[in-house]
Amino acid sequence: MTTQRHDFNAQPFLLEELPPVGRFSLRVRPGQREALAAALGLELPTAIGQRSSAGQTEVLCLGPDEWAILTAEAERDALVAAGAAAYAQIPHSLVEVSDREITLRLSGAQALTALTAVCPRDIDAIPVGRGARTLFDSATVLLWRDGPQDFRMDVWRSFLPHVRAILDKITVELKSGL
Amino acid sequence: MLLINCPYCEATLPELEFAYAGEAHIDRPADPSALSDEEWRDFLFIRTNARGPHFERWRHIHGCGRFFNAVRDTVSDRFLMTYKAGEARPVLNALEAAE
Ligand SMILES: [Zn+2]
Repeated sequence: MTTQRHDFNAQPFLLEELPPVGRFSLRVRPGQREALAAALGLELPTAIGQRSSAGQTEVLCLGPDEWAILTAEAERDALVAAGAAAYAQIPHSLVEVSDREITLRLSGAQALTALTAVCPRDIDAIPVGRGARTLFDSATVLLWRDGPQDFRMDVWRSFLPHVRAILDKITVELKSGL
Repeated sequence: MLLINCPYCEATLPELEFAYAGEAHIDRPADPSALSDEEWRDFLFIRTNARGPHFERWRHIHGCGRFFNAVRDTVSDRFLMTYKAGEARPVLNALEAAE
């Protein structure tokens, strides 16, 4: 009888569902970007994938005229008010989408491996401190890379059971040394 | 899998993030009611169906979300170039010479 040796990993990665935050979708024409950023008290980065933060508020550039903004629950109203005050001078679209997504945090030794198993994009090519809107199996997600093995993933809530089921399957595979 | 360069993301990314959106540089008629049925049919349905370099639209739907244009060789499936929506149609001879 032969014995096979596997490198078992008891906990390939940690999967956490993070508490709710304020989420906004912001659209503004490039020519008005700087003025709006000043009015909202935020930095709106111009390179797709680039991030900025101010206090507990985080911004991710998704497109040439599109940003995702995450805020603490307590700061939601202030952001909405700042947008409304600037609206007449700086036409833009600031839509609250807080209930649309749920954030998963993946961290630990094989977090990157787990994402690589599902996402067609080269996840390791996303530098730490940046992010991307990308594809996780069939679900569009916002991926934030906070560390080499530390990711946050904003998933549309209707896709969450599907995403979690895939991650559960990957956990089993990684645990068994596949 | 095809790798497609998104001119907005300035990155070469897997085809799965993109959606094909038909032939490029087809202008909607300025005055549709002035067209004959045959002209309207041609606008809606008749395409060049090129064998070789083809100007086509793509959308980076699972990424930046933008539409852009591409020149793809329908024989080799090779992308000759991609460029932003609204930019002029590139000259083919120069592209082919560069290939
Ligand atoms: Zn893109």
